[in-house]
Amino acid sequence: MHPTAEKIQQKFPEAFVSWKEWRGDLAVTIKKDAVVPVGRYLHDDPEMDFDYIVHVSSVDYPDDEERFEVVYEFYSIPRRQRIRVKARVTEEDSTIDSVTGIWKGAEFMEREVFDMMGIRFNNHPDHRRILMPDEYDEGWPLRKDFPLAGKGWRDTFEFITEGTHRKET
Amino acid sequence: MKTDEQPKTTEPSSENRGIGVPVPNRTLPLLRTEKLMLNMGPQHPSTHGVLKIILDLEGERIIKATPVLGYLHRGVEKLAEDGTYHQFIPHTDRLDYVCAMYNNFAYVRAVEKLLDMKVPERAEYLRTIVAEVQRIIGHLFWLGTQALDIGAMTVFFYTFREREVLLDFFDDLCGARLTTSWYRIGGVENDIRPKLIENLRRFLENFSEKLDEYNALLETNRIWLARTKNVAVISAEDAVSFGLSGPSLRGSGVDYDLRKYEPYGAYDKVEWEVPVGKNGDTYDRYWIRILEMKESAKIVKQCLDQLPEGPYMVEDPRVTLPPKDKVFTNLEHMIRQFKLFTEGFRTPVGEIYSGTEAHKGELGFYIVSDGTGKPYRLKIRAPSFIHMGAFDAMARGYMIADIVTIFGTYDIVMGECDR
Repeated sequence: MHPTAEKIQQKFPEAFVSWKEWRGDLAVTIKKDAVVPVGRYLHDDPEMDFDYIVHVSSVDYPDDEERFEVVYEFYSIPRRQRIRVKARVTEEDSTIDSVTGIWKGAEFMEREVFDMMGIRFNNHPDHRRILMPDEYDEGWPLRKDFPLAGKGWRDTFEFITEGTHRKET
Repeated sequence: MKTDEQPKTTEPSSENRGIGVPVPNRTLPLLRTEKLMLNMGPQHPSTHGVLKIILDLEGERIIKATPVLGYLHRGVEKLAEDGTYHQFIPHTDRLDYVCAMYNNFAYVRAVEKLLDMKVPERAEYLRTIVAEVQRIIGHLFWLGTQALDIGAMTVFFYTFREREVLLDFFDDLCGARLTTSWYRIGGVENDIRPKLIENLRRFLENFSEKLDEYNALLETNRIWLARTKNVAVISAEDAVSFGLSGPSLRGSGVDYDLRKYEPYGAYDKVEWEVPVGKNGDTYDRYWIRILEMKESAKIVKQCLDQLPEGPYMVEDPRVTLPPKDKVFTNLEHMIRQFKLFTEGFRTPVGEIYSGTEAHKGELGFYIVSDGTGKPYRLKIRAPSFIHMGAFDAMARGYMIADIVTIFGTYDIVMGECDR
């Protein structure tokens, strides 16, 4: 077992679900309630020292019981090591605690996950859409059940054909 | 008129003072003071694309800056799920359209990590050469536009003169200047011709003199110094916490460069250094970019000297296209060509993250593969987007005129920020 994964398991035996190392990437899956304590441990413990947040992302598995997977990627600049932490959330209760209090950069990344996949982050300081317009109400574009061409909103935009503008004036 | 009233002070609360220059505690007895909200952008020449900032002002001081993103959102991550791995390469050009080569590089590296593929040595060298030329182009572009935004127009003409030479090199190399799509999964599209190597060598001979020319215009320029020194200061601790990368992080004194510490390409075979700043202000970032251009020139020179002979594309039937003349005469080759273009190649089930040090910062790709020919999920870690997260903290306490400098200090490109 990877030493970092082993330490996390020893520290959080209840929350630890599984771990995997593939192509040199270490990935640890934990329960969603433990995201903040595990994050705090990874950030503050001198043995871990994961001070740099790389990205927050999410994956949609529509057929699974716990539909969404929130993915965090951390890097330790002093120890030059990477870790991926994953947590599953269900569709009915698609909320997870925000880690903005630990890594400040998480604020925008979590807003993007909310905007694209509709996962809500508790205790987020500025919980709004970020890339899509605020009034956008077609849902969550990166979910697998969202069609590639959208749900028709953009077809309602006025289409200006060439030359019409000139004729009117 | 004599009054016993205490004059009104405009002392801002401690939370409004931000991390920048402290707001002076002035006494303004007769002026009416009120907070002002100002929309800056989306169409503003200094926003390098379409970025809107909502500024809360107290006089000319910024007390809060809220970036409004998404004006250039094209849903690239959604499009990636609908195309094969090869088809996504041209999409990466349009992320950071100033430096297409490096985006290609970051993406093909991620797919190669997923396939566990080893690239021929000559291809690694060619990739490193072109990537570093692209880095020089990116920094020249930054220097020119940043100086232009601040008011030094001449530098723009000088840097674009050199940029043009290098873009012509790209033109000769792959037929395109900006949206290049030259990198392929497993190698590069075509080999470099000896004439181009000669041209590149000739350019690099005089390049350090050109850098001295820019510095002569800026280094002791009072306006440049006044507008970059102690502007957009961020401490090392905050920069790390916000996830800044590239010159924006190294300007604060954090030694973090993936080319050095997770080497790829031919970076571990050549001698070069990572320039690191001290004060974390715009001036330090400017100076780091100048030094990085020198280091890039060094890397390119050494790579050209060491350039090994051999194939420039891997011989792997999963990803390599069959030779064109065989496609029209040989059935098996035709089928392979057809299948590669319609179905793409299958990847093993799994997920990887691969980070690459682009000239703006860490450009990463997180790919989840379900074993089909298309990515199940592709997430782009775009440095410009993450840098915008730190914008509010870096802009608070500065004057409204400094906003332009603070945009520029990250070298922001909205195509990458909004994706």
